[in-house]
Amino acid sequence: MIRDLLSGDLPRSRALSAALLLVLAGLALAPFLFPGTRSLDVAAKVCVFVVLVASYDLLLGYTGIVSFAHTMFFGIGGYGIGLAAANWGSSWASLAAGSALALLLAAAVALAVGLLSLRVRAIFFAMITLAVASFFQILASQMSWLTGGEDGVNFNLPRLLHSRLVAYYLVFGSSLALFLLLLRIVNSPFGRVLLSIRENEFRAEALGYRTVYYRTAANCIGALGATAAGLLYAVWLRYTGPAATLSFDIMVDILLMVVIGGMGTMYGAPLGAAIFVLAQTYLRDLMKLASGALEGVPLLPSLLHPDRWLLWLGILFILCVYYFPTGIVGRLRARRA
Amino acid sequence: MKRDWLPLALVPAIALAALPLVASPPIWVTLTVAGLAMGMMIFMMASGLTLVFGLMDVMNFAHGVFISVGAYGAASVLIAMKAEVQAPGLAANLAAIGPALLAAVALAGVLGWFFERVVIRPVYGDHLRQILVTMGGLIVVEQLIIVVWGPDVIPLPRPAALTGAFIFGDAAIERYRVLAVVVGLALFGAMWLLLNRTRIGLLVRAGVENAEMVESLGYRIRRLFVGVFVAGSALAGLGGVMWAMYQESLNAQMGMQVMVLIFIVVIIGGLGSVGGCFAGALLVGLTANYTGFLAPKLALGSNILLMVLVLLWRPRGLYPVGK
Repeated sequence: MIRDLLSGDLPRSRALSAALLLVLAGLALAPFLFPGTRSLDVAAKVCVFVVLVASYDLLLGYTGIVSFAHTMFFGIGGYGIGLAAANWGSSWASLAAGSALALLLAAAVALAVGLLSLRVRAIFFAMITLAVASFFQILASQMSWLTGGEDGVNFNLPRLLHSRLVAYYLVFGSSLALFLLLLRIVNSPFGRVLLSIRENEFRAEALGYRTVYYRTAANCIGALGATAAGLLYAVWLRYTGPAATLSFDIMVDILLMVVIGGMGTMYGAPLGAAIFVLAQTYLRDLMKLASGALEGVPLLPSLLHPDRWLLWLGILFILCVYYFPTGIVGRLRARRA
Repeated sequence: MKRDWLPLALVPAIALAALPLVASPPIWVTLTVAGLAMGMMIFMMASGLTLVFGLMDVMNFAHGVFISVGAYGAASVLIAMKAEVQAPGLAANLAAIGPALLAAVALAGVLGWFFERVVIRPVYGDHLRQILVTMGGLIVVEQLIIVVWGPDVIPLPRPAALTGAFIFGDAAIERYRVLAVVVGLALFGAMWLLLNRTRIGLLVRAGVENAEMVESLGYRIRRLFVGVFVAGSALAGLGGVMWAMYQESLNAQMGMQVMVLIFIVVIIGGLGSVGGCFAGALLVGLTANYTGFLAPKLALGSNILLMVLVLLWRPRGLYPVGK
């Protein structure tokens, strides 16, 4: 039963299983274990980012392509729900229509970008996604009559979702289902082909697999995953805006979570997301304390200022890519072997 | 070898095609000069990136920080020498601009050297990790700029001699844009001569074609790498100063913002091709200015559209580098 749920891809390490169970139990019981608005917000954010990071790992870890447009699809999901609820009323029908439109748009954009850039070189893809994503970001903040510009959109949801408990379990349940679905995809024959493309593209092509099609398909699936995460996040926040979904900072967060958790292992996503979101929320307070305590010392307070959080993330990121390329999951699995 | 003039011919073709659309010749002249100036500045910033890619197969996503660091270095000098900058005479202005440009080039070059050594060297030949690591480097340097120079936008007034415009009949041409075109052309010329008429250029071109072969003939390709990388970074710093003076302000994110344009230019030109980069930069500059005038709403997407069209025509860019 469990083996079927996990698509035969078991954690293969006792410590890893324990860590995953801890995250799962923490998220499943979050409303009861950690009451309070802030901690529930953190738990919901972890759920959403698990999906976002897992779908990104499908691209980066399994297919070996770097996309910088993942936040764009996250944003398309957020704006899909947000604009539908704000303009067509807060009914289930409008939410469904908005979600469907968002998913369609995301698939179409991912297909177009993929077909345009994936036929040549993988590095093209990274550059083109960066350009397209930044264009989309400008678009969202310029078309303020539709998107509310930098302020974003606040909106109402159907009455049932006014209860935070119901909303949380909707987010949690959907995230869990999406994660298991992604796990299923990477362990399917399709996922094997993706792995073979990552390992040796030339050989995969020689064996008769049209790598362009497989890469484009992976890009579309990743995009749909990110869009779904965006839908869930919008449902939870009841707000959509450029800073919450489209900003480049979130792209960096995703990269870091994938690398910390472990590239090419779906299980890296829950661990990376949980550790990172917790650290992001609570370490900043610590930095504020440290910065305040060092008042008067030159340079140090501004290095430790909570807004310089990205500086330390960047350094951590580079060090992780060099010295920790398999991430937490890789380390835990290697210890067993 | 037969030369492929078609992509270069696109530049005047687009300019001429825009003439009936813009309808008024004086405005067309102004827009064209603005477009050329923008293109030249983008070329300065982009040429290093494309050459580094061609020679070392390294795509440096942090190229943008050399732009910002150069601009910040020059701005510090210019702000410190405020009196000379605001003085009306050209000589006094130059006395401030000279050290500022020098500071920009030196700072960006040194950072480039450091960056190549510390961040990029361990990941040669691994595109995936290159992209990740240089992206991390971009974030770190961008944040360090904020630590050193503060998070606020810094206004950067142009030196007195470079403000104002030449008037030809009804057409007004900003002096600064003329300067940008002249500097850009001079740089392109110098680079062309260096690459095509000197021994170092010969080695660089040979390295782009086949690095292993050059190495086996007894040349130290690594030294060449570092030299090109530092030169490319310094050029980016120079372009950054020009760009910041053009915008008359600078902030820590400017490198990242220009980076998107640079990527579009490098992709249009064909990764690794300096000539393609030149043609691509001019095309991007011109289309951005024409559409900005004709259909301001479309201006945002015009560069992306241009890139898509070029890639549909030539999927590897205007001048694909054979690999």
